[in-house]
Amino acid sequence: MKILVPVKRVIDYNVKPRVKADGSGVDLANVKMSMNPFDEIAVEEAIRIKEAGNAEEIVAVSVGPAKAQETLRTALAMGADRAILVESDEDLEPLAVAKILKAIVEEEQPGLVLLGKQSISDDSNQTGQMLAALLDRPQGTFANTITLEGDSITVKREIDGGLETVKLTLPAIVTTDLRLNEPRYASLPNIMKAKKKPLDTKSPADFGVDTAPRLKTLKVSEPPVRQAGEKVEDVDALVAKIKALGIA
Amino acid sequence: MSGMDAEVFDQFIEQLWRYVHERLIPAEKDVIAANAIPEDILDEMREMGLFGLTMPEEYGGAGMNTSQYVETIRVLSYALPAYRSITSINLGMVCTALKKSGTEAQKAEWLPRLAAGEIACFGLTEPGSGSDSAAMQTTAVKDGNGYRLNGSKRYITNAPFAKLGLIMARTSKEPLPKNAHVSAFLVDMEKAGVTVGKPDKKMGQEGSQIADIYLDDVHVDGDALLGGEEGQGFRTAMMSLDNGRLSVAAASAGYARRILDTAMRYAQDRKAFGEPINQFQLIQAMLADSEAEIYAAECMLKDATAKVDAGEPSLLPAASTKLFASEMCNRVANRCVQIHGGAGYLAEYEAERFYRDSRIYTIYEGTSQIMQLVIAKAMLRNFAAGGQA
Repeated sequence: MKILVPVKRVIDYNVKPRVKADGSGVDLANVKMSMNPFDEIAVEEAIRIKEAGNAEEIVAVSVGPAKAQETLRTALAMGADRAILVESDEDLEPLAVAKILKAIVEEEQPGLVLLGKQSISDDSNQTGQMLAALLDRPQGTFANTITLEGDSITVKREIDGGLETVKLTLPAIVTTDLRLNEPRYASLPNIMKAKKKPLDTKSPADFGVDTAPRLKTLKVSEPPVRQAGEKVEDVDALVAKIKALGIA
Repeated sequence: MSGMDAEVFDQFIEQLWRYVHERLIPAEKDVIAANAIPEDILDEMREMGLFGLTMPEEYGGAGMNTSQYVETIRVLSYALPAYRSITSINLGMVCTALKKSGTEAQKAEWLPRLAAGEIACFGLTEPGSGSDSAAMQTTAVKDGNGYRLNGSKRYITNAPFAKLGLIMARTSKEPLPKNAHVSAFLVDMEKAGVTVGKPDKKMGQEGSQIADIYLDDVHVDGDALLGGEEGQGFRTAMMSLDNGRLSVAAASAGYARRILDTAMRYAQDRKAFGEPINQFQLIQAMLADSEAEIYAAECMLKDATAKVDAGEPSLLPAASTKLFASEMCNRVANRCVQIHGGAGYLAEYEAERFYRDSRIYTIYEGTSQIMQLVIAKAMLRNFAAGGQA
């Protein structure tokens, strides 16, 4: 079986993002970027499946700027076998990315597509679902645990209030949640080996996909600053305060 | 020296930074409690390739140049010093000795094993001798095809963990010119006759261990003689010690950054007179001085290592960097304790440990006073030669 793992280059999870002065988006100038943490979990899971002898090849794919090569190199250093970069400097929406991925799936014919449930950049949580719909294939989102058995895959999904277990027939789309695994660090010897692994570069035009935006961002703003509370002397004062504020 | 691919190096540093922050720092408490790095962390460090930074690629290493190696040590040294210490003898002294003086067979045998993380130690110092080789007591006497080693070594870093010892011993009773009475031997530490004493108790640097090595009629084959030639031991030892200065300077700069970050966090959280103490200008002065000094040490490291890689004279910049960075780290640790106030004196806070850990940096790989002598000697020589220091 072949596994396709789409990965996205996003602002590093340790960085505190800042909104541009004109409110048009998040300021990415001189900001550290790295692989979307949920995608990292997807790469790790694919490697574990391969290590268990249930997959032969892992193909990492990224849709993004030339710099997304670094993200793909990380995936290769972790253990993916080859990579495809679909280079685009536009800020592509999930639908456009899903359409490109659909074209790659048709070309590569993977038994499983494993990807993060969302990227921490825009938190859309749409690409995996849209891809499944476009391909008309089963989807298991927010995976907490996955088990492969013959031509099916069992996914325990994280849902409000517990776990839901679904069984999908392969080929399928699975999106990863935080608790699926703890990704490994790429070791120095593997980073050196990754440099020699193949990385193909393509463009959205190669797939004949319409990537025109459907959405328009009106304004991006910082979350409101939390106001400090107020200390009261005793219960009576508290009750009076609550009444005055009209909460109770 | 060109070193490894720059992109590959940057990618590694990024992974290492994460590894240091997410794994090594959280494990510090366990390392201190056990006074040793837990085996699972050690295995991870081996897998990460941390023992192979300086070995050539054809011997299973990464083939880093000095700039890359020293920058890696700086990043690693943000965590507890024991993590650098366990790798330092492999990467520094023993690797250098093998690369410069080893026979092809010795390189092929040992470099890949060292790169994979078999731990090495370096036996020069004795109870009665250090850099004065004439007083060395450990002997190696010809015995059939090999040698028989007798004597003891003192303060040997990593001896309790080591699989390989590079041991200096005299092959001539009489002192010979240019220290040619000393030879170097690659000794399997599990050989009959090799025993390691109890680890010495130290002021700080928990998790890293030093101990005596006793050699009692240890027989080694002829091919254990480094370079296959007698009389090269001391020259090899001195060459190998040279490049340790930049490693200690990098350890100082990396740890100083950690110490300052900790002081910054405390000065933000701790309140006095109704506001964080970082709002008080006398605290700010200590923080600002520390920042400026760490930056200076970082710049010195970049410049000195670039000179080494360019093949330019590096004795003066390397000794100056070691002197400044190690003393600087102690000043920053001292301020960190001061900023913590009473809490800085308590073992519950890290400031106290930083203070004890830093203390060794102005001592080993040449004390600050030896650095001053090395620097002054080079200055005087240069001045006499061309009228410029």
